[in-house]
Amino acid sequence: MNRERLLHILGSIPTHAVLLTMIVLWLIPTLGLLITSLRPFQDINRSGWWTVLSPPPGQAAYAQHCAECHGADGQALPAADLTDPELVGQYPRSLQLLAALRRDIDGQPHLGNNPTPEIQDAADIAVYLKRISSIETPPRFTLDNYIDALMGYRGRATYRSDCAAGQAALDLNCNASDLLNPRGMSRAFINSLLVTIPATILPILFAGFAAYAFSWLDFPGRNGLFALLVALQIVPLQMTLVPISRLYAQLGLNGTFLGVWLFHTGFGLPYAIYLMRNFLGALPRDLFESAYLDGASHWTAFTRLALPLATPAIASLGIFQFLWVWNDLLVALVFLGGTRPVMTYQISNMVTSLGAGWHLLTAAAFLSILVPMAVFFGLQRYFVRGLLAGSVKG
Amino acid sequence: MATDAAAIPKASQKAGTSTVPQVMKQGRLTPWLYLAPALIVMAVFIVYPMLNTITLSFQNKNGSAPAWTTCVADRPCWGILENYRYALTNELDTRTLGTLWSTFWRSSYGNNVKWILVMVTGTVSLGLLIALFSDRVKYEALVKAVIFMPMAISFVGAGIIWKFVYDFGTQQVQIGLLNAIVTALGGQPVAWLQTPPINTFMIIVVGIWIWTGFCMTILSASLKSVPTEILEAARVDGATEWEVFWRITVPMIMPTIIVVITVMVINVLKIFDLVYVLTGGNYGTEVIANRMYTEMYINFQTGRGTAIAVVLILVLIPFMILNIRRFREQEALR
Repeated sequence: MNRERLLHILGSIPTHAVLLTMIVLWLIPTLGLLITSLRPFQDINRSGWWTVLSPPPGQAAYAQHCAECHGADGQALPAADLTDPELVGQYPRSLQLLAALRRDIDGQPHLGNNPTPEIQDAADIAVYLKRISSIETPPRFTLDNYIDALMGYRGRATYRSDCAAGQAALDLNCNASDLLNPRGMSRAFINSLLVTIPATILPILFAGFAAYAFSWLDFPGRNGLFALLVALQIVPLQMTLVPISRLYAQLGLNGTFLGVWLFHTGFGLPYAIYLMRNFLGALPRDLFESAYLDGASHWTAFTRLALPLATPAIASLGIFQFLWVWNDLLVALVFLGGTRPVMTYQISNMVTSLGAGWHLLTAAAFLSILVPMAVFFGLQRYFVRGLLAGSVKG
Repeated sequence: MATDAAAIPKASQKAGTSTVPQVMKQGRLTPWLYLAPALIVMAVFIVYPMLNTITLSFQNKNGSAPAWTTCVADRPCWGILENYRYALTNELDTRTLGTLWSTFWRSSYGNNVKWILVMVTGTVSLGLLIALFSDRVKYEALVKAVIFMPMAISFVGAGIIWKFVYDFGTQQVQIGLLNAIVTALGGQPVAWLQTPPINTFMIIVVGIWIWTGFCMTILSASLKSVPTEILEAARVDGATEWEVFWRITVPMIMPTIIVVITVMVINVLKIFDLVYVLTGGNYGTEVIANRMYTEMYINFQTGRGTAIAVVLILVLIPFMILNIRRFREQEALR
């Protein structure tokens, strides 16, 4: 019995190993993004994000060259207490530190018979001394990258420190009004919401009307028309960009929210109608018959019966459409561009114009995936259902 | 689409719905009032542009004259199909079969073929593997949530996440995870996104990371519908797990696997954002959808851009028809 159980456990080890490897592989890239976005920008380019919990720079060099006499905490010699800011403040840089190390103490070489550290080690030791004497203790984690990303600040230091020093760029005021800076993620966040919410509600509403007609109204060519509309799902978005932008140029709709709402509505409809029709059509027929016999009009049956009963379908559809629009880059790029930047546009713009600003990019990217993540983990069931049914969408 | 039109009433009757109750007669105009908003928006935003795109593809760069006016003397010209000549052959060197072969694999079409081969194989096999294994453990929900999570993220967000993994440092410190691993193992750091031909495969890895969860979810649902009695019977008869998988499970879920493959082929053919964010289509990573965007909005060659769009949809149509048919069959069976 025990032997069998042992064999069973041994046999399942490969399964667990494969699954755990997959989980780790899937999570590590995102984890790297999150950790990096929380590190001070000086650290990001100095060391990989996986070293974030390793000992501070210089500790190893200190342990090798100094700990023997000064002790691991620097306090072993009361006359030369290395946690004393006044003392350490005299040797802020490697060369000054090296000069001090070469000087004799009471007629004896400072380091005894030990060799003098290399210049790189000396620099690391100087940094470490500043840390233990609390002259300069950069935090391991910071929210400054997020503030910079929200404000769209691209200065040399952080928004907060530059504002405190009065050195911020001219178009910034260093108060809450900077949140509306057109280069920032907070403005883009608002724009994304302004684009996404109507672009989610409109197609569902229109699809609800149409699906009701397809399910519970009788008219010639009903099935043929439905098949035609569903077939429109296959038209790829790219097919329609040029004619619509030419049309918008004539109507003055380029760069307006209305243009994007209508475009997303048009493209969301075929799938939305398909899903809503399948759902409404599957409701029991007796329900509508008895409502009608009780004197309900079609409008009442639609608003009081069909729509409330279709809540699960609307939820799946709503989440699908919301994320589709929220995550879209192409439509926003073509119809809104820089006039009303949404989050995806703002980030892709940072990539091309900023190159190496990883502190901004990582924070901005994480801000943009916050909402989808919340939706995903909060409403996973509806999300998966809507996405699977929508897999043929164009 | 005639077959689809025929398929709908059949499928719906099977589900026992869709016949309008006789008592619910209505005015002749009522249905059209309900349909009007959807029909108008779809006519303007899908039907009209589709037809217009086809017309534009036979015209010059701003749609003011027919396409043959752009032909240059002594150069090959396909007359009214000139934009299609550009779309299909401009990236290729057709002098010999050898040059044709090598230029094809560097063209946007060749890249799309690489995408299809690697990404579809990768997502479907990984998705199947995870679906199969997670079925046997207690933390199935956790595994599935983690693997599915990238589906919620935008291509742009995923692009940044992976651009950071692939980061190539010119100095001593490598802050990109992949190059850090390579240098720790004693290798030389690689500019993953700038070095053809590996850069295309590096972008495909991101695609696999995003889409595996989708394949996993569909395949997992299908796996759970395979009756356990059949599997047990085979095991009692002495079949190994390997045989059970290949002889029973795979044939039984084959229709679903085909649906997943067609959906993935469609998705891959339309891929745009990932390439746009990771390389901008530079360094030989261009795919069809990016090339179309470049022609339309960077070079302002409307005729050529729309011709590429038409080529794209012509390639897509067979897969989409296949896909919708399979989807219907599955719905009808449910």
